[in-house]
Amino acid sequence: MRQEKTFSKGLKDGIPICLGYLSVSFTFGMMAVKGGLPLWAIQLISMTNLTSAGQFAGTTLILSGGAYLEIAVTTFVINLRYTLMGVSLSQKLEPSMPGWKRALLAFGNTDEIFAVAMQQKGLVSGRYLLGLIMLPYIGWASGTLLGATAFGALPASAASALNIAIYGMFVAILVPPMRRLRPVLFTVCVSAGISCIFRFVPALSGFSSGWVIIFCAVAASAWAAVRYPVGEEDA
Amino acid sequence: MELDVSRVVLSVVIMAGVTYLLRMLPVTIFRKKIENRFVRSFLAYVPYAVLAAMTIPDIFFATASLVSAALGLAAAILLSYKGKSLLTVALGAVAVVFLAQRLLPA
Repeated sequence: MRQEKTFSKGLKDGIPICLGYLSVSFTFGMMAVKGGLPLWAIQLISMTNLTSAGQFAGTTLILSGGAYLEIAVTTFVINLRYTLMGVSLSQKLEPSMPGWKRALLAFGNTDEIFAVAMQQKGLVSGRYLLGLIMLPYIGWASGTLLGATAFGALPASAASALNIAIYGMFVAILVPPMRRLRPVLFTVCVSAGISCIFRFVPALSGFSSGWVIIFCAVAASAWAAVRYPVGEEDA
Repeated sequence: MELDVSRVVLSVVIMAGVTYLLRMLPVTIFRKKIENRFVRSFLAYVPYAVLAAMTIPDIFFATASLVSAALGLAAAILLSYKGKSLLTVALGAVAVVFLAQRLLPA
């Protein structure tokens, strides 16, 4: 991959993530303002956390007077999936990338950025990843600001329509390999099936989304790895 | 509500620190290529499994109604099946949901 092309390609690939983030962080900003947090604190949370479910839960705990340990454990459980994704991403980065660069770029390893990075052919360079992180980060920060300030007057129908943007992007990432590769099709079905069981079986619906995603991902990937081991080239 | 600034700041530092460590440690620790075939296969399937679990069934509850969400999902599948870009698919789904909420009775 030519180096000079990769940063701008990253930027371009980040546009749909940025749009999706605008709507989610907008909601976050509105929620946090309603809860009574000052603007500086809301903005600080978004710009240092860059994670949806984790920061919604953490903010709720701050507002309800949760203990530090409770905040730490909740954040840990909801975001534990990032370790799984981090191991996956570690194998996708150029092996020559120095540790400090890895440590820096890992800050931006959100669900969506991870998904788009993993979808690239071949190894991923630092420049590409930096470009990919840039716009979503700006979108996350500015969406929060918009939601938290008086500009937060988006019509409800437009706001709820925007909520589907992130999922639309997930579908766009999943469908092409599902068409091409049987094992991916089955992996997706197994994972989605388990996810539905957790949602709709009353005895199981109490698990937090963090645990559910980890369980689905581990179970479906392990099943697929046994059933359809990948060759040397296509991993 | 009386706001305790230092409590808020410390809470945010805890949230950000925990999140960052979870993201940073594996990416920096696993620097060599993992050779084990099962582990490599497992990691290759992880992105798809994660995305599937995050999308289904949550997408159906992402908008104001089940019907508009289902139409948005259908639009996304159709557009991506035709090989459209991520941006086109995402915007197409948003447009369909927006129209569905305008045109269909709530």
